[in-house]
Amino acid sequence: MPVNIAVLAKQVIDPEMPMAAFRIDDTAKSVVPPASIPPVVNGFDENAVEAALQIKDSQEATVTVLSMGTSFALDVMKKPLSMGADELVLLQDDSFENTIDSFFTAQVLTSAINKLGGFDLIICGRQASDWDNAQVPLGVAEILGLSTVALGKKVDVAGDKVSVERVTPDGYEVVEAPLPALVTVSNELGQPRYPTLRGIMAATRKRPTIWSASDLDMDAGQLEPRVTLRNLFIPVREQQCEMVEGEDGADAGRQLALRLREAKII
Amino acid sequence: MPEATGVLVVGDSIDGELSPTSRELLAVGRRAADDLGEELAISLLGDTLDVPSQQAIAFGADKVYAVTHPLLAEAQVELSLAALDSLCREAAPRVVLIGRTNEGRELAPRLAFRLGVGLAQDCLEVSIDQETRTLLANRPVYGGNAVAVVSLAYTPQIAAVRPKVYEPADPDSSRQGEVVSFPVELDDSQARSRVVNTVQEEAEGIKLEDARIVVSGGRGLGGPEPFQDLEELAKLLGGAVGASRAAVDSGWVPASYQVGLTGKTITPDLYITVAISGASQHLAGCSGSKVIVAINKDAEANIFKEARYGVIGDWEQVVPAFAEAVRELTQD
Ligand SMILES: Cc1cc2nc3c(=O)[nH]c(=O)nc-3n(C[C@H](O)[C@H](O)[C@H](O)COP(=O)(O)OP(=O)(O)OC[C@H]3O[C@@H](n4cnc5c(N)ncnc54)[C@H](O)[C@@H]3O)c2cc1C
Repeated sequence: MPVNIAVLAKQVIDPEMPMAAFRIDDTAKSVVPPASIPPVVNGFDENAVEAALQIKDSQEATVTVLSMGTSFALDVMKKPLSMGADELVLLQDDSFENTIDSFFTAQVLTSAINKLGGFDLIICGRQASDWDNAQVPLGVAEILGLSTVALGKKVDVAGDKVSVERVTPDGYEVVEAPLPALVTVSNELGQPRYPTLRGIMAATRKRPTIWSASDLDMDAGQLEPRVTLRNLFIPVREQQCEMVEGEDGADAGRQLALRLREAKII
Repeated sequence: MPEATGVLVVGDSIDGELSPTSRELLAVGRRAADDLGEELAISLLGDTLDVPSQQAIAFGADKVYAVTHPLLAEAQVELSLAALDSLCREAAPRVVLIGRTNEGRELAPRLAFRLGVGLAQDCLEVSIDQETRTLLANRPVYGGNAVAVVSLAYTPQIAAVRPKVYEPADPDSSRQGEVVSFPVELDDSQARSRVVNTVQEEAEGIKLEDARIVVSGGRGLGGPEPFQDLEELAKLLGGAVGASRAAVDSGWVPASYQVGLTGKTITPDLYITVAISGASQHLAGCSGSKVIVAINKDAEANIFKEARYGVIGDWEQVVPAFAEAVRELTQD
């Protein structure tokens, strides 16, 4: 039996965009997507795709990518397919807004996972780079009652178990959990592979499955938001930087040491 | 469920002592409980809890829930979760505060979902809105480029508070409080995930998160070798070495060096960054430093907006001369 793997992936505003392009719409309390910078697949979710493909490299497996949103840039969201994933399922509806409330998102994704018949292993990025909530994956695991390992940097499946190298503050630990399981991964997993030309061609031909809210049986009571956004603002940094200069770089280095000494910092 | 009241801090102990994060949470929790005119409780999980219980009272708790069970000695997350789930259902706190530590990153969201309530994640500031008697939390979003103010619609209102943001109160050993033992029923089979091996790869010397002085290197160092120079500089200063994620992702230093949103939160007296641009996700882990010094060749680098002292220059010239001068200055 092939290992049936799902990856949850989110389309986000490029987190590496220049800070000067970062704008907030005060009335909508949301971040304005910069016009000239295309969105990306959340970086940690690309790590999750890579983790799934590494399993697929060594044994029979299928990788299905699921994403929720109001609208998608198809060429962006097809990237996991061009890396080697098998299926793309887009949960797209005007009501699937990108809010700060993880509860709603987790419920929608769970409904889709159930509709697809469940998975042996669900791999997710540790957090999305927009709201930095780090909640949806663990929420999905709780709703589905899955065994869970957070912050993986290596994920292996052997028989009915998943074995994960889990990042700790001073190294890592190897954790085993029974399938079905949900694992979150972090950038320590390493660079995700680049799409191959063949992968890109295959991805172009593939059509994603698209489900709207009405395609998913959702429990209305579970859809009440748990977290409400009251305000959103850009913090002001007030620090005045004193530039230490010198005749050349080395002299500036010496002056810096003297200045820090003078200020009794060293 | 009984009527919700009071503030509950999810506490923990390290080597038999109340953890630093728990002490910080008690300071936040004390203020929130006073604003509500309600009780401040703390939960402690483990097998021997006498010392941390008394410490918790000295640091501000009115009540300690001592959740003892032999299975809780190991702090396995699913068992802790099961214990906290039953405590929250029975004690029905209005507000729950959890430290966003490595364990808290997993515990807090799972507890919130298990209870069917919301969680304010990674908070820098929590307060009580007197009118509605609800929690208001400020939390960085978009990697720290913005701050969101959130409130929670269900009880308990749970907030995960970033460590090292709040100062603990001064302990007062004459404070009175009660220790209540809270028995839980746990079963080994609830612990589905098992740690089978632990690997430590931290550098020798002072721990990054405890160091008073930290020297961090970024992508601009260009390779692993220059980190040797930073190690030497750190040694001279009695400090530790950290890194940006770019340096970690390049494989120049282990992941345990990473400072930032998804790395370590540090608050040293002096933080020296070398060839780090100062992305908001990096600053998220070090903006609580007392003094930041930036060495970067790009005058426009964002790090200069956060730094107290800056040198615009090539680290290859600046750092060796700086280290030499530090050596001379600190020798006498
Ligand atoms: C969700 C998310 C989480 C993240 N979490 C973290 C995190 O926890 N920690 C973290 O650090 N990053 C994190 N990042 C990454 C972050 O956005 C930046 O990409 C990263 O911090 C950049 O590292 P850097 O400053 O070393 O590299 P760069 O941004 O490439 O900067 C290198 C700097 O070196 C300078 N330089 C180059 N050569 C020299 C020289 N010879 N002399 C002097 N200066 C020189 C350049 O001027 C430049 O400013 C995260 C990103 C995301 C999206």
